[in-house]
Amino acid sequence: MEANLEVQISFRGVTKIFPGHDGQVDVHALGPIDIDIRSGEFFSVVGPSGCGKSTFLDVLSGLTAATAGTARFEGKSLAGRVPEGVGAVFQQDASFFWLNVWDNVAFGLHRKGMAAAEIKRRVDHALSLTGLAGFARAYPAQLSGGMRQRVCIARTLVLEPKVLLLDEPFGALDQQTRLLMGDELLRVWRETEATIVLITHALDEAAMLSDRVAVMSARPGRFIDIVATGWSRSRDSTIVADERFGAITARLWSTLRTESIKAIEQGASSLNAVKA
Amino acid sequence: MKSKPLDFLATGVAILLLWQGLCWLVGPDVISSPGDTLARAAMLVVTRAFWGHAEATLSAFALASLISIVGGVTIGLCLGLSRFAAEVADPILSTLYSIPKITLYPLILLAFGLGLSAKVAFGAIHGIFPVTIFTMNAIRNVAPVYHRTALMMRLPWYSRAARIMAPAALPEMLAGVRIGISLTLLGTLIGELFASTSGIGFALMRAMDIHAVVDILALTVLLFGFAIAVNAAFWLVERWVRHGS
Repeated sequence: MEANLEVQISFRGVTKIFPGHDGQVDVHALGPIDIDIRSGEFFSVVGPSGCGKSTFLDVLSGLTAATAGTARFEGKSLAGRVPEGVGAVFQQDASFFWLNVWDNVAFGLHRKGMAAAEIKRRVDHALSLTGLAGFARAYPAQLSGGMRQRVCIARTLVLEPKVLLLDEPFGALDQQTRLLMGDELLRVWRETEATIVLITHALDEAAMLSDRVAVMSARPGRFIDIVATGWSRSRDSTIVADERFGAITARLWSTLRTESIKAIEQGASSLNAVKA
Repeated sequence: MKSKPLDFLATGVAILLLWQGLCWLVGPDVISSPGDTLARAAMLVVTRAFWGHAEATLSAFALASLISIVGGVTIGLCLGLSRFAAEVADPILSTLYSIPKITLYPLILLAFGLGLSAKVAFGAIHGIFPVTIFTMNAIRNVAPVYHRTALMMRLPWYSRAARIMAPAALPEMLAGVRIGISLTLLGTLIGELFASTSGIGFALMRAMDIHAVVDILALTVLLFGFAIAVNAAFWLVERWVRHGS
């Protein structure tokens, strides 16, 4: 069941154009995008490489401002400022190598000046939720890539975000690890009741994890299909055996296939432009 | 599994054997034997004269290192924080770094005269470039994802700088300091060799004038030991701040 039905994130005609430098043409990266994301929803975006998925997330996180249109979080405009209550985990490893796991996770709480007992409670809880309880004193360099991503997720979770933005956080991991991380992510999602917006290039990952999957077109990125999966809130990775899973993945791919070919052609033509 | 101390010991033994072999080959007039040399070194380190020279060298080295580190880190930070400044400075610094500083020695002597200040200046111009270059690159090479993470945590700029950017850049900065310190020692000693009235380099030059082979090698061994100890100390600090990364 949906945790909550109210609209938390609202995009209307959101467009992002990067101005060209030194006489180069402007790059129309994104939009226009219209979407409402509900509070507590697990929403994924899939799309071909370079289609503007990360730009979408940058606007949503407030790291960059939309060129046109309005992006709102809880009714307030996201004008290129990071709002309170939004956390993000990126594809690249962002664990702090100079801190051990415990201090990594406690980092944001210390900066907020929270009481030590509350910090301990939250950190210990986040560590057990992400399966890191036995590694509190380890340094990131001693951990695998998957474990380091968990550190980043735990570090974001302790801040109790209302929205968790994930930009291909499992992109660098192997397939088995990704499936298991997916299970853990679903557990975290159920327990925290946070909204999750996941950017991924893995269709199976999107189909398994999400309430809704948006398919983005080749650049400029627009949503050309939005698939509601209809999974129950208590799902896990065993649904990959469900016949609906195959149907959803197939639908995503049939839409994405044409766009991926377009994206590759775009890449080739911009390469030719450079050569010429 | 190989043990580190064993490797270290094996290397030491190999060097001693090679040294002894060379001594037999070319004769003790050119290279004194390891035994004689180490005995002389042990004798030297209990004399007042040696410590007088050591003090002169160490104080010049310490001052030159201070200038290299403080100057290099300050300039490197300023350049590293501005992409434009770094792009302009990069080729200039690389060129300055690669020119043989010895060619500037006459100028340094004219400007500073014989004595401590010339040694310090010559040491510092050797050390300041690597420290500057490494610091600048350390700042520029901080992974962009750290910056994005800091922004997502809504940290004020001074928190971002002190709590994320500084520790992220620290290992590479320390590597620059380590290399800078080694070159500062080299510069200081070269300064002493050619024009000075005290210091280990000066003592070495005087030993060469009277062809005291055992003294030359004993002083060299002591200098080697000192340089290795300084380098190892910095390397340990660097390894500690990297935490295995």
